[in-house]
Amino acid sequence: MPDKNENLIDQNLQDLNNDGVDRRGFLKCMAWAGTGLVWTMSGGIPVSRAFAKGYGKDAAKGEDFTFVQISDSHIGFNKPANPDVTATLQTAINKINAMPHTPDFIIHTGDLSQLSKPSEFDTLDQVLKGASAKQIFFVPGEHDMLTDNGEQYLQRYGKDTKGTGWSSFDHKGVHFVGLVNVANLKAGGMGSLGNEQLEWLEKDLKGRSASTPIVLYAHIPLWTIYPDWGWGTDDSEQALSYVKRFGSVTVLNGHIHQIMQKIEGKVSFHTAMSTAFPQPAPGTAPSAGPMKVPADQLQKVLGITDVNYLVSGRSLAVVDSPLEDSGASASGNAGEPLAVVDSIHG
Amino acid sequence: MKRKNMWIAAVATPVMIAMLLLFVGSPTVKANNQPPTASAAVKIDNFVFGPQTLTVPVGTTVTWTNADDIPHTSVSTEGVFKSRVLDTDEKFSYTFTKAGTYPYYCTIHPKMTGKVVVQ
Repeated sequence: MPDKNENLIDQNLQDLNNDGVDRRGFLKCMAWAGTGLVWTMSGGIPVSRAFAKGYGKDAAKGEDFTFVQISDSHIGFNKPANPDVTATLQTAINKINAMPHTPDFIIHTGDLSQLSKPSEFDTLDQVLKGASAKQIFFVPGEHDMLTDNGEQYLQRYGKDTKGTGWSSFDHKGVHFVGLVNVANLKAGGMGSLGNEQLEWLEKDLKGRSASTPIVLYAHIPLWTIYPDWGWGTDDSEQALSYVKRFGSVTVLNGHIHQIMQKIEGKVSFHTAMSTAFPQPAPGTAPSAGPMKVPADQLQKVLGITDVNYLVSGRSLAVVDSPLEDSGASASGNAGEPLAVVDSIHG
Repeated sequence: MKRKNMWIAAVATPVMIAMLLLFVGSPTVKANNQPPTASAAVKIDNFVFGPQTLTVPVGTTVTWTNADDIPHTSVSTEGVFKSRVLDTDEKFSYTFTKAGTYPYYCTIHPKMTGKVVVQ
């Protein structure tokens, strides 16, 4: 199946592939539903190539690694859009465990719980315990800070973090920063980082080499997707100004329960699917509430995101996989990309 | 004379009873110096407070009900009132005892705003 898909994708993307752009500093992201489609990015010009092909070549050089992003588990949610969110989280973990190489770690981009209840966090812990990757990094979603200003969340998932739960770490040459944009939200506003966190971020990034790949992750998108529904972060511009000088920046978010991608200069923005329930595309429904899909379709709109880091190109490939592959790819045809990558511009 | 008195009595009695009823009826409110009890409702539906501006007399108890599948809150922007987290079909009530304009929002989805005008 991969070969066939690769060929198809190669054919489809041939025109985009022949511009001979230097691969250094490239950023790639990929929307994938059972097949592979890579968006490669340099200086605002998107080019594409088959994911599996490039990965195979570069993977031998060592220090390449994979991590997985999961998001919006909403443990405790039990409405018709998904009466069993624990089961679908378990399916996501099974999918991670079935990966050919154990990912180095997992990042959960928030809304672990529906109502910040201890029992919900307990259930989440129980499921995550079964993951092949033992290290999990978290940032809170607004649902995790409902009752106590996030104190319980911090006790459980943010012990080594600062403020309301922000932190950074280095892994094999990549600098990761987890940001919190769901605390102290102001009436009429969207997500917010706040001055204290912004100052910390500026300091955290200062002095790092511009060639260090940066991964920022936070719950609410750090780019404005749909202000009417609050899908953005009021002071994200400030945060993004600190990463402008870096050659490769990947921003991973959740909150909107669907895949959206945008590339601006050397910054690639990506939102992940939920493991619990889908939400409507911006403006296509009266509100952002849970979207009910037929039961047999649900696992196709929930999923996980693998991110592969390739040292040779200093690039990250972001691969979204639904919990259940679409019928098209299961039968060996190149499936439709799960999300239309329609917002790429330089 | 006798006839006239009877006529007066016939007219006066119902009037007196009516006056008595009026007298009994209205002062019970005034006597305790409490405004009349009134209630009003705000429905939270599709991430919107409805009506977005609610105008009520002083003393009205406003009840918010969450009709969404997602939890919301109703919190005064100026710290006057603050609901707990309202899951589906849960309610929160607050009685407004002073005239004024009370803006509020959902702390989980801050784009959701509304106000209560108390007159």
